Amino acid sequence: MSKGVAITGMGIISSIGNSVEENYISLIENNIGISRITNISTIHADVIKVGEIKKTNEELVEELQLTEDNNFSRTAMIGTLAAKQAVENAGITSINEFRTGLISATSVGGMDMTERHYYDYFTHPELIKYITCHDGGDVAEKIAEELGLKGIVTTISTACSSAANAIMLGARLIKTGKLDRVIVGGADGLAKFTINGFKALMILSDDFNKPFDNERKGLNLGEAAAYLVLESDEIVARQNKKVLARVSGYGNANDAFHQTASSENGDGAYLAMKKAFDISGLKPSQIDYINVHGTATPNNDLSEGRALKRIYQDEKVPDFSSTKPFTGHTLAAAAAIEAVYSVLAIQNNVVYPNLNFENQMEEFDLQPQTSLKNKNIEHVLSNSFGFGGNCSTLIFSKS
Amino acid sequence: MKRTYINGVGCISTQKTFDTVFLEEAVVNHNQNVLAIVPPVYKDYISPAASRRMAKGVKNGIVASALALKDANIENVDAIITGTGLGCIEDSEKFLKSILDNNEEYLTPTSFIQSTHNTVGAQIALLQQCKGYNFTYVNGAVSFESALLDAKMQIEEDEAQSVLIGGVDENGDYTTALFKLNGRIKADNLAPYDLLNSTTSGAVYGEGASFFVLENERKDNTYAEILDIAIVNTLEENEIEAEIKSFLKANNLEISDLDALVLGFDGNADFENYYRNLAENAFAEIPQLYYKHLSGEYDTASAFALWMASKIIKTQEIPEIIKVNSVEKPVYNTLLLYNQLNGKNHSFTLISK
Repeated sequence: MSKGVAITGMGIISSIGNSVEENYISLIENNIGISRITNISTIHADVIKVGEIKKTNEELVEELQLTEDNNFSRTAMIGTLAAKQAVENAGITSINEFRTGLISATSVGGMDMTERHYYDYFTHPELIKYITCHDGGDVAEKIAEELGLKGIVTTISTACSSAANAIMLGARLIKTGKLDRVIVGGADGLAKFTINGFKALMILSDDFNKPFDNERKGLNLGEAAAYLVLESDEIVARQNKKVLARVSGYGNANDAFHQTASSENGDGAYLAMKKAFDISGLKPSQIDYINVHGTATPNNDLSEGRALKRIYQDEKVPDFSSTKPFTGHTLAAAAAIEAVYSVLAIQNNVVYPNLNFENQMEEFDLQPQTSLKNKNIEHVLSNSFGFGGNCSTLIFSKS
Repeated sequence: MKRTYINGVGCISTQKTFDTVFLEEAVVNHNQNVLAIVPPVYKDYISPAASRRMAKGVKNGIVASALALKDANIENVDAIITGTGLGCIEDSEKFLKSILDNNEEYLTPTSFIQSTHNTVGAQIALLQQCKGYNFTYVNGAVSFESALLDAKMQIEEDEAQSVLIGGVDENGDYTTALFKLNGRIKADNLAPYDLLNSTTSGAVYGEGASFFVLENERKDNTYAEILDIAIVNTLEENEIEAEIKSFLKANNLEISDLDALVLGFDGNADFENYYRNLAENAFAEIPQLYYKHLSGEYDTASAFALWMASKIIKTQEIPEIIKVNSVEKPVYNTLLLYNQLNGKNHSFTLISK
């Protein structure tokens, strides 16, 4: 059993904070980030609640000190902010000193710019620069440029599990010795496109989302970006680096059931968790906290709960909670912010509360942790599932 | 460490690349700046009822993957990994237009669902009931190579014995118009389009789906072995040769060991020196090939190049239509593919008999 791949830096921006510290304080002080949308004009503004970062694009441009002719999408800007924090946190000063890569994740890339200017491109030449933003790889491209990173840069887009898969690929690239160092994570800004897509699918709640509650009505969308720095043990030893935690297990499987719905038995989720346990060499009973995907849609929580019951069988399911009542569902960034939260849980020995929970689901006897709990945390399991039956599990362990 | 072999190929492209031996029916279209695929008979693979609801990219992905599986003579794979630049862009266009045109009202989710980048990989998994590893890469010109690199790691580490990989992109009318506006596609009035002697910027665009079955063992029907893949985001023109030399050296090869070099010439005069410098100097004595005059340029066009290179090794024949120079070799066993876009997203793929 290997001890896993070292995490040496983290950066995050979400509706509950602009840094790792701010996010942690919000999590332990029950400061939720769900509110009415202000940065995008949408006819649903009075109906939906979202996890919106309360910074305008102009403020983000200023914070990043971008030139006037920049063509950053909102997603690229929050991605760059989080990635820069992560690199700084890892104490990296010369980005190309070792074989360094960037594996990013996004669901719709720079859609926020595409939808804003779609019909104006032909009449407003000054907007043409935004056309390339639409590309899914544009966010990673921008981050790499801002970091000065020249090596391998790629992007994964598997809907809501995207960032988990970016972390997984990064861990494998380190493990196989193909890279010495890799920045992994994801970014997704709120977009009218996504809001209306989820609205059409009828899985948006008009209230605060209530994961694993019997009366849950759906999800709140959110926006966020988070990146982590993974480094080889050789570099960690050579530079005497502080290891925040380790990626000890990962698994990806496909539910192969339906394009947008999860199977009732949670086949994909079950297989993803099983693979992650196999890779880590850990037994399910060794997990101290599960950060569930817990989107609060009727379908997800039922499927995920069933999969957890299958994994744990007669054993007690460990303390679990969804942090989506704090942040909303941040789609391709979700697994990245939840990876940061998982590492913080390990560092601070806490289980975050699953807010808004009232009544246990009738299908099984699963009750999330509803208040902040202090206890020793050695291993955290984090689930993320996406459209297309894409199911991913990551396990983080104390170093 | 297990080796990776290409044991089956399937290609839907702007040429007739199914039901043919190897490009014998290929035609260079000098008159159009956007090329459309030659469609297969979809009903042979997908029921007409299902087909009507499917995006073009999904249909082409399904057919190309079915062809590759049949060619490899296997029914199931352990993993499915796809690459796509823009996904099912027609559905993205459709959903976005209905949001804008109807002020966010009267929307149905179908086109939103299909616009998700991993739709093609997911639909193939659903059809095959493949519950294994399923990734989709979306990073411009290295989307397909990312899938290839991942698949090779899966096989090397024994996480999978067989992997279906593919590169798929489709043309969408509005996006095509936007690409003409921002110069990604050559202007309409510049025909005839000649990729090798172009003095204008922009590319002749295309679409397609090329799929491959990779396995960890050599079989009678093996096309080639994937020796190595490298992806580099940023390189200057004058760094390419050294980069290739060190890539070859890592595989115990030198330039003279190569039997052909496949280059991504797309007619964009602004960046063709990345290829031209190699072609005229270090690789002058190596047979040089190109393909985007046949496939068109698109983010995953390099998957068409891998299809072409696989066919060359298997048939030991290089069709005249893809030759850049007249250099010949007695055998075609070791090929290097190099592609880039606008000086970014460089990829190097090395395959051998």
